Amino acid sequence: MIIFGSCIVLFLIGLYAIVTKRNLIKIAIGFALIEYAVNLLFALIGFRSGALAPIITKLDTTHAFVDPIPQALVLTAIVIALGTTALMLTVILRIYNHYKTFDIAEIKKLKG
Amino acid sequence: MSFIPLFFVLPLLSAFLIPILGKIFKPLVWIVSTVVSFILFIIALYGLSATRVIPMIVYKMGNWPPPLGIVMAFDSYSALMVLVISILVFAGCLFSLRYMSHYTGQWKFYSLLMLMTAGMMGICITGDLFNMFVFLEIAAISSYALVAFGVGPEELEASFKYMVMGEIGGLTFLLSIALIYAKTSTLNLADISNSLQAIQGTTFFWMILGMLLFAFSIKAALVPFHSWLPDAHPAAPAPISSLLSGVFIKVLGIYTASRLIFNVFGLSRDTAPLFFNILIGLGFLSIIFAGLTALNQKDYKRLLGFSSVSQIGYIMLGFGIGNFNGVAGALFFILAHGVAKGLLFLTSGAVVNATGTRELTKIPGLGESMPTTAWSFRIGALSLIGLPPLVGFFAKFLIVLGAVEAGYLWIAIAAVVLSGLTLAYLLKIENNVFMKQGKTNAKQAPYTMRLAMVLLVVLALALGIGFLPIVEWVISPAAHALLRGLEYSQLVFSSMTFSF
Repeated sequence: MIIFGSCIVLFLIGLYAIVTKRNLIKIAIGFALIEYAVNLLFALIGFRSGALAPIITKLDTTHAFVDPIPQALVLTAIVIALGTTALMLTVILRIYNHYKTFDIAEIKKLKG
Repeated sequence: MSFIPLFFVLPLLSAFLIPILGKIFKPLVWIVSTVVSFILFIIALYGLSATRVIPMIVYKMGNWPPPLGIVMAFDSYSALMVLVISILVFAGCLFSLRYMSHYTGQWKFYSLLMLMTAGMMGICITGDLFNMFVFLEIAAISSYALVAFGVGPEELEASFKYMVMGEIGGLTFLLSIALIYAKTSTLNLADISNSLQAIQGTTFFWMILGMLLFAFSIKAALVPFHSWLPDAHPAAPAPISSLLSGVFIKVLGIYTASRLIFNVFGLSRDTAPLFFNILIGLGFLSIIFAGLTALNQKDYKRLLGFSSVSQIGYIMLGFGIGNFNGVAGALFFILAHGVAKGLLFLTSGAVVNATGTRELTKIPGLGESMPTTAWSFRIGALSLIGLPPLVGFFAKFLIVLGAVEAGYLWIAIAAVVLSGLTLAYLLKIENNVFMKQGKTNAKQAPYTMRLAMVLLVVLALALGIGFLPIVEWVISPAAHALLRGLEYSQLVFSSMTFSF
């Protein structure tokens, strides 16, 4: 239970970084933390103590298998996270080219 | 062979073909996306007629039976959403031909547009929770890129803000999928709804629901989480603003939330009155707060952005009322607001294209030089306010009727009175831009732009005048599909395969 709770804590640390940090790159790192937290939680959900890799063979039918679906989901989620992170860093770089700063307080052009 | 996969296969295919075709012959990118969106419209009409015969059409990906493989579940509600998407994508494509002509890299624009369409279509027809997340991210990521398409400082900043808010919503959705999977060991929506009945009413159940509501409130831009929308929607090119405000927020926020609340979690007004009261509260908060903020805006598109937030509140109000007329009104409102707000954003595009500015005070006297645009704006605005022969009136009327039937007279009165707020902020555009005498250098909007606007004007009129058949054939089957609640899962498991 503690191990699941620590995933949530990691999620909240990421959220904290996104909400409070003023540096654009640090906000992107916050997203990376949240993505790790969720992926870790997925992998943990599929984990069974002492179980085998989910390759069904005729030799060993006594052991339990690890749930393979969360691992497949994590792979998909990682690819999506890669896409968003790449796009986010691209936008951050373009913003940097315009303003020559990563500080969010100095590039507030939009209000509300 | 079934027609259901075509909804996302066609736009996906064209999204990846467009970069190649653009190298061969440049105008081909526009032709392909317009033709594809028109074909999607035809298939959506076909799907609508098919759901009148078979209430739930299930397509099994790779022919795996429902709980194991991914299924596509197409019912009347999906048919309604798919129809709205295809209409607005088609109008947006028509409008883009001249609007996008001064941008470079047009193939990127059309490719992203088709990708976004594929994502939205996929959300509406999928019957699998994780698949829904994947389509949601496809649509969301391409929309982030489209908002930043102009690559000016303002667009980039709006896109970044939108991305931060949108991704918090998306990742919260992913976290709740993880928790749901931990409890139910399945991802199929129908199977989840069977398993969730065992834990109905527990703390865990409400916690997941709360997280989902948070995630979808961000995606739908309901008031405490709306701050990205008034930046992001104006920053995008006008056809994209019209799509984002017209359908995007409804598909990613409203459709997903209502499908999960009614059909998967199986809640109804009778079993969870508090939850539905929260929806009503969120709705009113959006209507009032965003409506008042819209009154203060000096930017054409930004005002319309706040108006979208405000109108989304009406849809939430309809779902919150929760009886048949309330839900049918909310669904009709999705259609009505899609057409009206899509139209209003297209007029903003025509104005920006002609004058190069969005500031309301700088462009007086356009009513004479751009008559088609002015009259399109007026019809769209009247439909949004809710004047009788137009489609917006009947949508609002159904919501009010639902409120009266449920015994909430004050909701009915407030919903009608708050239309005055809509009138007030739309009059601000009318007075400053179209009515006011003055000289602005502006030519009549190009032919294809006017065609796209006239198409939506005709729809707003036709759907309003022919509201009886529309309600009977399109809206009330969709409301029935939502309100049948947990029967959804039985239908998915028992439905037969359907072919052309």
